[in-house]
Amino acid sequence: MSAIVVPKLEEAELLTGAQAVAHAMRQIEPDVVPVYPITPQTPIIEEFSQMVADGLCDSEIINVESEHSAMSAAVGASVAGARVMTATASQGLALMIEILYIAASMRCPIVIPIGNRALSGPINIHCDHSDAYLARDSGAVQIFAENAQEAYDYTLMAVRLAEHRKVLLPVLVNLDGFTLTHSAEVVQLLPDELVKEFVGYYRPLHPLLNVQRPTTQGPFDMPDFYYEHKRQQADATLEALGVFLEVQREYEGATGRGYRGYFEVYGLEDARFALVALGSTAGTAKAVVDELRDRGQKVGLLKPWLFRPFPHEALREALKEVEAVAVLDRALSFGSWGPLYEEVASALYPSDNRPRLHNFTYGLGGRDVTPEQIERALTLIQDPKLPRTMHYLGVRA
Amino acid sequence: MGREGEIPMTVTNSNGNADSATATITRAVPRVKTLKELAAQEEREKRFQGGHSLCAGCSIPVMVRSVLNTIDIPVVVVNATGCLEVATTRYPTTAWNVPWLHVAFENAAAAASGVEVAFRVLKRKGRTAQELGFELPGEVRVVVFGGDGGTYDIGLQALSGALERGHRFTYICYDNEAYMNTGNQRSGATPPLAHTTTTPVGRESLGKLQQRKDLTEIAVAHHVPYVAQASISHWQDLVRKVEAALRADGPSFLNVLAPCQRGWGYEPCLTVEIARLAVETRFWPLYEVVEGEYRLNALPKKPKPVSEWLKTQKRFAHLLKPENRHLLDELQLQVDREWEKLLRRCEGRVLEV
Repeated sequence: MSAIVVPKLEEAELLTGAQAVAHAMRQIEPDVVPVYPITPQTPIIEEFSQMVADGLCDSEIINVESEHSAMSAAVGASVAGARVMTATASQGLALMIEILYIAASMRCPIVIPIGNRALSGPINIHCDHSDAYLARDSGAVQIFAENAQEAYDYTLMAVRLAEHRKVLLPVLVNLDGFTLTHSAEVVQLLPDELVKEFVGYYRPLHPLLNVQRPTTQGPFDMPDFYYEHKRQQADATLEALGVFLEVQREYEGATGRGYRGYFEVYGLEDARFALVALGSTAGTAKAVVDELRDRGQKVGLLKPWLFRPFPHEALREALKEVEAVAVLDRALSFGSWGPLYEEVASALYPSDNRPRLHNFTYGLGGRDVTPEQIERALTLIQDPKLPRTMHYLGVRA
Repeated sequence: MGREGEIPMTVTNSNGNADSATATITRAVPRVKTLKELAAQEEREKRFQGGHSLCAGCSIPVMVRSVLNTIDIPVVVVNATGCLEVATTRYPTTAWNVPWLHVAFENAAAAASGVEVAFRVLKRKGRTAQELGFELPGEVRVVVFGGDGGTYDIGLQALSGALERGHRFTYICYDNEAYMNTGNQRSGATPPLAHTTTTPVGRESLGKLQQRKDLTEIAVAHHVPYVAQASISHWQDLVRKVEAALRADGPSFLNVLAPCQRGWGYEPCLTVEIARLAVETRFWPLYEVVEGEYRLNALPKKPKPVSEWLKTQKRFAHLLKPENRHLLDELQLQVDREWEKLLRRCEGRVLEV
């Protein structure tokens, strides 16, 4: 198994992704955590609630009556001056979206683990990325984790990224529903004290609770200011690109865990054919890459950690030598290409020597993602005559 | 008003028979702030400034100033989207000299929950100015202002959740009985038969065909320590209610009648008079529910017919036509029935300022 952090078995624990994230939350010890249950996120807030109930973590949980109110209370608490986290999935994220846009525009550094799940309809509780893609244009930073260890590490890093003065944006940490939230893996946690030192205290920039200096937050913009404010927000979002790398470096310095760059590359150095995939599917893809390379095929994988802001230049550089790329999207954008494909296409457009690019839809609503499907994608793109239409993996005709 | 002691009154019992009863009128203790004291507070802190763009004759700033000048300790205001928010915070200007937050239309109570909990937890953790970068106040009160659209309708779920969770905050609904910020569309607070732009009176229609919902009673059903109905016309009563709401150890809810000259159709100078008539005709009774116990706060000596109130507003003009006399009678019956119900709940307890 290849991973950035290879847990030392004697120091590791067997944890589900949800438990790993709950431990990260316990160690971060946010001031306020509005929670609302939704499968497959629920075990995160259940585990965390128990930790608070057992006195292992000094946070105030607000048991709100909907995700809309969870996000609204999160914004209220964040603007007030507290460090805030919440968590959700699927319909819950959909219900939060209105306020997620506002949280981003009000520059609220709220960290939100997402147990990725397909959006209704039809209603389905299993994994795909339609919920994360729905938040694509909200202004929130988005990170994707491949496994429970990454979900844990990136939840910790997300706090520093969100609260960085140049950024001050909500950060979604995506972990695949069930595949990661409910599956036990070997995870190596950091010592509590080390995490506390790494995240430090939250020092809000313009806290509402500073009654000595009253602020009007969330005012009404007419056409004479709205545009400028959105421009500032756009610039701040791009600042997250640099800060992301900075936080990775500091995390490595503090913990020795070397997450480096916007994405993990696997077998890509001399690859002729490449896969681009988000989340847990990358784990399966690595096994396929190993298998095909054993058979002499020059194939590789690029797994973006950062989806928003999207690291176009770095991705162009990483894929400049390959002949063809299969971009795997675990959700549809009806009437167009998949959202990840569009980012990759947009990244590669300025390249002089553009690889052939193909889009594969896979795994909707928790459909199993098999090594055969991934091998099929890597095989198909080797044909220069493969038509440029959407290819569907693992679907009945 | 100004009476004290026992006076006879008639209460219709549940069988429809008239019972003679006694109302015990008590005077409010402690004494509420005088107009002079309110003015002094306004002069001192200027919590809400002029220069905003609320309409001439708008009742909302009257209410906001009464509320803010009543409170002596630091206050944080959370505002739902609506007239008050739009007209007082056009960037880069603001009418607010206290911390003020607006997030969206339907979530003021939820956002206020976050503010209230944030204050409580930072205080409990003993966060220092060095850690936070600012000095936490010793005490703070979270006050929400929302219109009837943002409270009766789209914000009801968030309000219900916040009341049920028991946050210490005061939610004040300024009820102008329709979506006035968007130009007078019907809400759950719009009285039956009122003309609005979405329940227009026409050849086939007589205005809103449904009842208004009784939000004050819905708030009472949450078993919170303090719920009251007030009117901008009775400012001393309002001031006392704000004080009582802030003293409550838990959520408090005030439903304040706030006439809108544009939507209701009357001369801007008549706002206070029309609000007063709503109380005197018993269309909008003043009462409070303290830890579940009802008290009437205005017992009109000679109640006026509801038509006295309706006839002041263009939105009810069609009801004054002779052919609609039966509708007017039906409305009067409803008002009487609601009043009787309220009297039974108050069991003779009357507390006037």
